[in-house]
Amino acid sequence: MTGVIGADTHIVGNRILSMALEEAGFEVIALGAITPAEDFVKAAIETDADAVMVSSLYGQGELDCRGFRDLFIEAGLDDILIYVGGNLVVGKQDWPDVERRFLAMGFDRAFPPNTRTDDVVEKLNADFAARAEGQRIAE
Amino acid sequence: MSRRSDAALLIDFGSTYTKLRAVDLAAGAVVAAGQGPSTVTTDVTIGLEAALADLDRHMGGLPEFRYRLASSSAAGGLRMVTVGLVTELTAEAARRAALGAGARLVGSFSYRLTDGDVAAVVDLSPDVLLLSGGTDGGNSEVILHNARRLAESSLACPVIAAGNRNAADQISAVFSRAGKPLITAGNVMPAFQELDIEPAREAIRRVFIDRIVHAKGIDRAAKMFDAVLMPTPAAVMTGAQLLAEGVAGRPGLGPLVVLDIGGATTDVHSIASGDPTGQGVVQHGLPEPFAKRTVEGDLGMRHNARTIVDTEGVDRIAAAAGVSSGAVERWLSRIEDDVKILPRRAGDRAIDHAMACAALRIAMRRHAGTIRIAHTAAGPVAVQEGKDLTAVKAVIGTGGALVHAAAPAEVMAAALGDPSDATSLRPIAPVLYIDERYMLYAAGLLAEVEPAAALAVAMNGIRSTGGAHERSGTG
Repeated sequence: MTGVIGADTHIVGNRILSMALEEAGFEVIALGAITPAEDFVKAAIETDADAVMVSSLYGQGELDCRGFRDLFIEAGLDDILIYVGGNLVVGKQDWPDVERRFLAMGFDRAFPPNTRTDDVVEKLNADFAARAEGQRIAE
Repeated sequence: MSRRSDAALLIDFGSTYTKLRAVDLAAGAVVAAGQGPSTVTTDVTIGLEAALADLDRHMGGLPEFRYRLASSSAAGGLRMVTVGLVTELTAEAARRAALGAGARLVGSFSYRLTDGDVAAVVDLSPDVLLLSGGTDGGNSEVILHNARRLAESSLACPVIAAGNRNAADQISAVFSRAGKPLITAGNVMPAFQELDIEPAREAIRRVFIDRIVHAKGIDRAAKMFDAVLMPTPAAVMTGAQLLAEGVAGRPGLGPLVVLDIGGATTDVHSIASGDPTGQGVVQHGLPEPFAKRTVEGDLGMRHNARTIVDTEGVDRIAAAAGVSSGAVERWLSRIEDDVKILPRRAGDRAIDHAMACAALRIAMRRHAGTIRIAHTAAGPVAVQEGKDLTAVKAVIGTGGALVHAAAPAEVMAAALGDPSDATSLRPIAPVLYIDERYMLYAAGLLAEVEPAAALAVAMNGIRSTGGAHERSGTG
């Protein structure tokens, strides 16, 4: 499942990612732009999604994504993989620090700006393979 | 209309009356109407015979009818319960399918049914239950859980399964093991945010014809008509759709809205895509059915008069009627003592008028979509949820409370868009029509066999009361 969270209209990157995922053989449910966090959860329940790819491009990602993992836990979807990517924070901040904050918020992976879609697909494949072996994510 | 081939008889087995309309197919017009009591709870034939005798008097002899078609809302209507997964997604899709099929929705459930839920369903004792949940290939665990719970329960009514197709075989097996009737239909939400309620609607109608007509005892009069085709609200909707779309060679009125205030509920139908009329509007939420029916179970002129007043505010009702709030209170208690009461005093008539206006305004606001401005980093963006009905050019009032109202156009105008409430996407300047002779249901039934004649019947049956814009001077 893909989507752009919050009051964010930047759909292009998310659409490219959706296309790349589809090309890689995934079944993609694209929620599009300006998607409230709750809608990701509702869609994940109905569609039995295995992974959620959240985009945020307008710098408010940290605010919008707070409690995102908790919503899924609340809905009984504890196991779902959640990735986040884009211009997650305002200004030039140290990426490892940003990444650490998002991982602490419960995201399985966070991706900086200018990430290639191939990298996301590769990580996703690796994480699914790791899950088949009983680990949460591939290291 | 002496020749057999020219006449059709349209029957509505209602909750209070058995209503008849005799139609001349060649002329495309109603010839006479007849009415008898509703006797479905005892013997349906008694009311029908009385209504036929009444029609006979009006026509001076009954012709041999080419068609004798019926709809029914008697014996509580088609009472349905819906079950879905996420409240706003498959559970909502199931609700829309049931309402669109003309059902009376008595309960809606979502997520896993609990013991309490199952007990409540059994208690509600619906005529049909619609079970949905999961997109195709999506969640199947919850619909299976719910299917098992329902199959194990003492619920005896037919169940229509219209959920995740990957679970369909297992659900069939569960019900067949329990020896309970199950009908499988296409998923109401085959893919995320994709609504496909037509197969479920058709399945509901099938169950209605095959089982409910018998269960309600209507088939006791089977010799007196050819078929009971659908629940009455579905006939009204079919008539409305015909009126909107027309037939080959004769255009309809285009997108339209039908309003019906009843004693217990207020119904709104819209036959319109509801697509955004503004530029660059982003649509959110579940896609809307082209033909959409909503039923407000808390807004009715008699059984739910108090909730109309409570929702609108007693002071506003009193002010609109030009009476004291004490007078409103007194009228409400008289209604509660006798739900068949008709207002005789001017003050009570004014209160009824104010209540009807409030009921339609609230019902239309709930039916129509909304638009709000989301402030994004890229600037403001208009986000629409539900149907944009602002451009609808025809609004039709039907049902006794509206048709017999002293000022039906004034009541209907209350449902229209209000410049002070621009977030609500209600019709702005439509022409207002009254379905004076209650022909929409008849046209809906006739549409099944003679669409061109049915369209003429519907067109001839409505009377324009002038457009909203023509009255803009008087508000």
